[in-house]
Amino acid sequence: MQIELTVNDKVVLWEVGNDEFLADTLRSHGYLSVKKACETSCCGLCTIWIDGKSMLSCSILSLRAHGKKVTTIEGLPKEAEEFAQILSAEGAEQCGFCSPGFIMSVLAMKNELVNPTEEEIIHYLTGNLCRCTGYMGQLRAIKTYLGVA
Amino acid sequence: MKNVGHSIRKIDGMAVATGKPVYTEDLAMPNALVIKILRSPHAYAKITSIDVSRAESIEGVECVLTYRDVPNQRFTLAGQSYPEPSPYDRLILDQVLRYVGDEVAIIAAVDEKTAHRAMKNIKVEYEVLDPVLDFEEAIGHPSVVHPEEDLSVNFDIGLQKEMNITSASHEEVGDVEEEFKRCAVIVEDVYYPQAQAHTMMETYRSFTYLDHAGRLVVLSSTQVPFHIRRQLARALKIPASKIRVIKPRIGGGFGGKQTGAGDIFAAIVTIKTGKPALIIYDRKETFSATTSRHAMRLKVKLGADSDGIIRAIDMEVLSDTGAYGEHAPTVLSCVGHYTLPLYNKTRAVRFDGKAVYTNKMPAGAFRGYGATQGTFALESTVNKLAEQLNMDPTEIRLKNISKVGETFLTGQGVALGSTSLDRCIAKGKELISWEEKFPRQEIGDNKVRAVGMAITMQGSGIANIGTASVEIRLNDDGNFTLLTGATDMGTGCDTILTQIAADALEVPMEMIIINAGDTDTSPYDPGSYASSTTYLAGSAVIKAAEELRGKILEQGALFLGVSVEDVEFDGLAVRTLRGDKDISFAKLAELTVLGNGKLQLVGYATHGSEVSPPPYVAGFAEVEVDQETGKVDLIDYVAVIDCGTVINPALARIQAEGGIAQGIGMALYEQVRYDEIGRMATNSFMQYKIPTRKDVGKIRIAFEESFEPTGPFGAKSIGEVVANTPPPAIAHAIYNAVGVRENHLPITPEKVFLGMLK
Repeated sequence: MQIELTVNDKVVLWEVGNDEFLADTLRSHGYLSVKKACETSCCGLCTIWIDGKSMLSCSILSLRAHGKKVTTIEGLPKEAEEFAQILSAEGAEQCGFCSPGFIMSVLAMKNELVNPTEEEIIHYLTGNLCRCTGYMGQLRAIKTYLGVA
Repeated sequence: MKNVGHSIRKIDGMAVATGKPVYTEDLAMPNALVIKILRSPHAYAKITSIDVSRAESIEGVECVLTYRDVPNQRFTLAGQSYPEPSPYDRLILDQVLRYVGDEVAIIAAVDEKTAHRAMKNIKVEYEVLDPVLDFEEAIGHPSVVHPEEDLSVNFDIGLQKEMNITSASHEEVGDVEEEFKRCAVIVEDVYYPQAQAHTMMETYRSFTYLDHAGRLVVLSSTQVPFHIRRQLARALKIPASKIRVIKPRIGGGFGGKQTGAGDIFAAIVTIKTGKPALIIYDRKETFSATTSRHAMRLKVKLGADSDGIIRAIDMEVLSDTGAYGEHAPTVLSCVGHYTLPLYNKTRAVRFDGKAVYTNKMPAGAFRGYGATQGTFALESTVNKLAEQLNMDPTEIRLKNISKVGETFLTGQGVALGSTSLDRCIAKGKELISWEEKFPRQEIGDNKVRAVGMAITMQGSGIANIGTASVEIRLNDDGNFTLLTGATDMGTGCDTILTQIAADALEVPMEMIIINAGDTDTSPYDPGSYASSTTYLAGSAVIKAAEELRGKILEQGALFLGVSVEDVEFDGLAVRTLRGDKDISFAKLAELTVLGNGKLQLVGYATHGSEVSPPPYVAGFAEVEVDQETGKVDLIDYVAVIDCGTVINPALARIQAEGGIAQGIGMALYEQVRYDEIGRMATNSFMQYKIPTRKDVGKIRIAFEESFEPTGPFGAKSIGEVVANTPPPAIAHAIYNAVGVRENHLPITPEKVFLGMLK
C-alpha cells in the first residue's frame, strides 16, 4: 500500500508492504543511520522520532507512519553533531553501532525532561543498550551536554 | 609528545556516532542475494534424506545448497595464525549435525521473504542420535561427537576424538604433592564459570561479490581479515590469491569476530552463482549458532606457609568446547598461562586441563580467553586462603605478587615485564575506602554492604607467534599513508596507531592517512585479538616511521648537497644543522616521487615480540545484598590498571569501563542456558540479560602507569585484562556480605537466597 509521511521535513510517498516495519522501510530508502540489533524491541538501536517522540522503528508497522512526521538522525544534523562531538570526546561512541539510536533518545530526553537528575537520565535511557562502553562515558557526555555535570 | 598520552577523538568517531553508512550492510549492493540458513532442530542427528527440489523451483530462489554441494575439506573457523592449533573438524555443510543450530542448507534468494519461503519447502529427514549435553559426562560418553576419519590437526593437541577429548594441556614444575605436605595451610574449591554470549550490537554479517578480475571480494564484520582469507581458501579449495577480504567499520567483536561465521556461506553462494550475496545473522542466530565463552569446571588447590606465602598451586580444568573445537586448545592453556605468573613465590605448580566436545553451540574466543575463567577460580581461592590465614586479602596479594623483571615457575626463565600492580592495589584500596568498608557493614532494612577484591593479568600479544607489519609512505603531496592490517573494531586502533605514527614522525596526525584491514593492500597482520594491536602494531609503526625518517633525512641531505649527519627534522622540513638551508617534505616528496628522484620513500617494518608483558588490574567491588531476598546490587566498582603507558586516556578508560561492565554481566546476570534436549533457552535479549545502564552501579577507573621497555612508548595492552576481575571480586563481596560462597556463575538472587538458607 501507499503511505504519505514527512521524513526529516520532506513529504514522501512510499509503497510499503502491509507487514513491513518502519526500520526496514527507512533503511530501504537510504536512511542508513537506522540500525537493528535485536528483533525483540529490547536494544533501542532503531530509535527514531515520530511526531517528536522517540520510538522503536523496528516495532512499528510502516503503514502506521502514514500522515506522521518521522525524524531520523539525518534530519537533526546540527543537534546530532553537537552531542556527538561531546560523546566522541569521551570516546564513548566506541563501535558506534548503537550511537545513532542512543543520540535520538538523548535528544528526545533533552526536549522532555527539565534539569533531570542522574537517576532520571539513567531511567529514561535504560532501553538503549550498549555492549562496548559500560555506560559511564555516555553518562559523562550527557551531563556535559545538559550542563548538569 | 604531542599525541601519545592525549585523549584524542577517534578519527571515525563522528561518522559512526552520527549514523554514516560505513558498516558492512550499509556498503552492500542493493541487488545482493539474501542468504538464509536452514539449521538443525536436533542436538545430534544425521541427515538421512534431504529434498530441495520444491524450494529451488520457487521463483526468486537462486540456489539451495546442501552437504552434497560443498568441498570435502575439513577446516576450522578459528581465526588463528597458521598452523592453527584448532582442529580441522568442520565442513561448510555436513551430513552429521552436531548441535541445535548446525547448518543444514544454504538458501540464496532475491529477497528475505522468498528465502524464508524456500526454507519452509526443504524436506529433511533425520536420524536422531543421543546427544552429549553435560560436559562433565563427555569423556567416555557412548556418543562420539566427532567420529569422522578425516578430522585432522596441524600438530599434537592431545586430541582423542573417540573419547570426546578435543585437546589436553599439562604443565608441571616441582612436586606439587610433596610441596602441599610442607604447607601450613591448604585450601581448595571447584568453580563453574558459565558460557557467556558476546552480544556485540552489530551481529555477524558478510557481503561477497566477484570483482572485475573474477576474484572473490568479502566485506566482513571481522576481527581477522587475513585469517578469514586463509580459512575461505582452504574450505572452498581455491587459492588465497583469488580472495580479498575487507573489513569496514564493525559494530563490536569482543573476540566473537575472531571466529568466522557467515563469510563462508556468502562466499560459496557468490562462487556458485557469480552474484553478489549478503548474509546477516539475526540476533537469534548470533546467540545460538556462533560461539560463546567456554563454560568450564576448574578445581584449584593452593598451599601456603604460615606467613601466607603461596608455595604450591594445582589447577585442574575441564573446558566445554561444544560441537566444534574453535580455540579449544589455546583457551584451555591460557587459563594457566594468564593466571599462574601472578604469584611467583611458588615451589611447585601443576596445571592439567582437557577440552571436550559436546553437542552444544561451539565455544570460541571471548575477551579474556581463558584468563577470565582462570582468574575467577584462582582469585576466589586466594580470597579463601586469606580468610583462613586471617589475613587481609590485599595484604596476601602484596606478599605474593611478582615484581618487575622476575621470572615465574612455569615461565621457562622468561622475565615478566614492567609492573605497578602493587600501586594498583594500594590505589584501589584507597578509592574504595577498603579500610573502612572491609569486610561488611549493616545498613539497616535487612541490607548489608560489603567489599571484595581480585587481581588479574593478561598478555600483550602472543610471544614468538604474533607479528604486525606496517608500511608508511611519503606521498607525492608531502602527506603520509600508513598501511596496516590491524583491525579497528570500535576500539580505536586506527586512531592510536595514527597517534603513534604522528609522534614517531613528528608530524601532525592530520598529515597521516591510515588505510587498514584490507588483505589486498595491507601488510600482513593476524588481526585484533590477544591484546596485540597497540603493543605489536604500535611497535611496528615506530620501526617503520624510524626507517622512513632515516630515508627522508638521507634524501633531504642529498637535495641540500650536504651529508646526512648535517641535517635534522625541523617542522615539516629537513634543515641543515647550521640552519642555512632547508627543504620541505612537500618539495622532497615532489622531487623523489616525480621526475629525477625516482624513489618514493617508504618505511617498512615487521615486528614480533619474544615476550608478552602482562598488563595488570586490581579490581574492587562494593555490593549491597538484601538479606530477605538475596538480591545483589552492585554499588561501586573500582578498577586500577597498569597497561604501561596510556596512549589515549579517554579510549583506554572506555575500554576499561566496557570490560568491567562485561565482567559484571558475567558475575551477576548472564548465562547461556540449554533445555533438556539441547536447545538454547537464551536466544534473545528477553532471556539473555546483558547489563543495562541500571545494572552496573558506578564504575570507576584509575591508571597506575608503568613503563614497559619492549612496548611502543612504554605501552602494554588493555583490551582483555579489564574483563577478568569482576566475577571473583563480586563473588568475594557477596561472601563478605552474607557468607554465601557461590562458585557457579552467574550469582543470581535465588542462588544467594538458597545459600543463606543453608
